[in-house]
Amino acid sequence: MAILVIAEHDNSTLKGATLNAVTAASQMGADLHLLVAGAGCGAAAEAAAQVAGVAKVLVADNAAYEHQLAENMGKLVAELAKDYSHIVSPATTTGKNFMPRVAALLDVAQLSDITAVESENTFQRPIYAGNAIATVESMDAVKVITVRGTAFDAAAAEGGSAAVETVDAAHDAGISSFVGEEMAQSDRPELTAADVIISGGRGMGNGENFALLEKVADKLGAAVGASRAAVDAGFVPNDMQVGQTGKIVAPELYIAVGISGAIQHLAGMKDSKIIVAINKDEEAPIFSVADYGLVADLFEAVPELEQKI
Amino acid sequence: MKVLVTVKRVIDYNVKVRVKSDNTDVDLANVKMALNPFCEIAVEEAVRLKEAGTASEVVVVSIGPKTCQEQIRTALALGADRGIQIETEDMPESLNVAKLLAKVIDEEQPGLVIMGKQAIDSDNNQTGQMLAALTDMPQGTFASEVKIDGDKVNVTREVDGGLQTVALNMPAIVTTDLRLNEPRYASLPNIMKAKRKPLDVKTPADLGVELKAHTKLLKVTPPAERQAGIMVASVDELVDKLKNEAKVL
Ligand SMILES: Cc1cc2nc3c(=O)[nH]c(=O)nc-3n(C[C@H](O)[C@H](O)[C@H](O)COP(=O)(O)OP(=O)(O)OC[C@H]3O[C@@H](n4cnc5c(N)ncnc54)[C@H](O)[C@@H]3O)c2cc1C
Ligand SMILES: Nc1ncnc2c1ncn2[C@@H]1O[C@H](COP(=O)(O)O)[C@@H](O)[C@H]1O
Repeated sequence: MAILVIAEHDNSTLKGATLNAVTAASQMGADLHLLVAGAGCGAAAEAAAQVAGVAKVLVADNAAYEHQLAENMGKLVAELAKDYSHIVSPATTTGKNFMPRVAALLDVAQLSDITAVESENTFQRPIYAGNAIATVESMDAVKVITVRGTAFDAAAAEGGSAAVETVDAAHDAGISSFVGEEMAQSDRPELTAADVIISGGRGMGNGENFALLEKVADKLGAAVGASRAAVDAGFVPNDMQVGQTGKIVAPELYIAVGISGAIQHLAGMKDSKIIVAINKDEEAPIFSVADYGLVADLFEAVPELEQKI
Repeated sequence: MKVLVTVKRVIDYNVKVRVKSDNTDVDLANVKMALNPFCEIAVEEAVRLKEAGTASEVVVVSIGPKTCQEQIRTALALGADRGIQIETEDMPESLNVAKLLAKVIDEEQPGLVIMGKQAIDSDNNQTGQMLAALTDMPQGTFASEVKIDGDKVNVTREVDGGLQTVALNMPAIVTTDLRLNEPRYASLPNIMKAKRKPLDVKTPADLGVELKAHTKLLKVTPPAERQAGIMVASVDELVDKLKNEAKVL
């Protein structure tokens, strides 16, 4: 049976996390279909048809799916699921929101945030903030799975030529509605897609001081992240939080500045290729995962770093 | 309006768990257990609704072995009115938890259900959404603000790009994110008082739910260890290492 991957998109472009989910799905079986559910999402569907390895794109273009409300998405995907062995989505806040609804409507379990595919029914996923890796076998007929993007390479965005098919089902549960959103505007790369990330913690002292990190980020083409403490203190917005309960990242280079290295923060960044820590406390646990540690006052070290790179 | 809150007993968030040497599971023997931090935030939100006069009663439910009564008592000490324990084995699967909770909702008819977004042991982030599907209720997951407005609740959600607000018909299910509130500490008199608050014990059979295994845990292994790094003495040395050794600059 085929595998259905639910695309993450903003109606016009496909989000990068979709491509990682496609790679994970391709390890579960051969016949891959991508669902693009949105409103006025023709451009996203066209992009989906180009993804290498995708055989078919299903497009559900309806006002009910404009904001991908979980109540409506859950019903749509559960209805389509009967033709599939696996339903796969990126473990983004969108996927995490509607996929468990799909699983419950199908009376099956969900395997959250998988990091490896061992066979069509056996998967690995981190538990306890990544301090243990569980190997789990699904005994359900339909496997509902969300994928940790950093654990799988991105599929090629081009090179495919999938057939595009329209899905007419319009599920408007009528119990929820979109009111508004406040999206952070930034010219920098997205945290989960960046090759280089520089993150600040409570040690930054305030939001203005994040400008120090931004200057380094500008030079390196990096994204800027934060610890929970920095977000809670109101230094920076919530979408910058890296960690067990924030974003999971694994860039080539992660620079942690004024971050102590709590378990929950490490859970979000310890799979980065090279980790640099700058902290004035030589005992800070962040040094235990750092490839290069520098004990220094960040207010001196970061401007100097910016000068010298 | 009645508010139902779910609480899970989990490892204390400060404890770094270890994998058992036979790789069957993690070792929880003699490990400090606590109320899941997100559930604590859920209890706090419900208690605040009661203090504001919006909620009339706060009922807490936990599903697991008898030990989880400890976390129900904690929630009662924080201001919840009564507790329900549903007796099961340790770590019941999310779908089973959701099915049991759906029956509790049938019996209790709450106007609002507040849960944690994630249990910090399984890191599943799914039970609330599953319960919402089973009860056909709308959901406001990863909430950083909850505002009741007549028969609707407006929930501001922490999403990848920022914040999103949705309006939900009640009854609805809300799952908490970290910034929804800052939970209070239980006072000693409230801890004493909590011991006398009602706590019902039920079994899945009482609720007419048959638990089913959907997954099998084959093994649990430690994550890949990182190679030990080095300390550098200066920014110059750091830049040199990044350029010439790690080759990431
Ligand atoms: C359920 C739950 C989920 C959580 N999820 C997350 C999560 O997803 N992500 C996350 O990050 N946290 C998370 N946390 C919080 C986590 O436990 C820590 O509290 C948090 O990561 C600490 O942030 P911090 O390192 O910035 O602050 P602190 O621990 O206060 O560390 C600040 C550091 O800055 C250093 N410093 C101060 N001034 C300077 C200076 N001038 N120069 C150099 N160094 C300086 C200090 O030496 C210190 O090490 C979670 C907690 C819970 C309970
Ligand atoms: N055994 C349980 N008893 C009570 N509540 C639970 C249980 N398991 C999960 N929950 C609730 O569901 C939330 C999300 O859990 P999870 O989906 O396992 O990450 C938790 O924060 C709890 O509020």
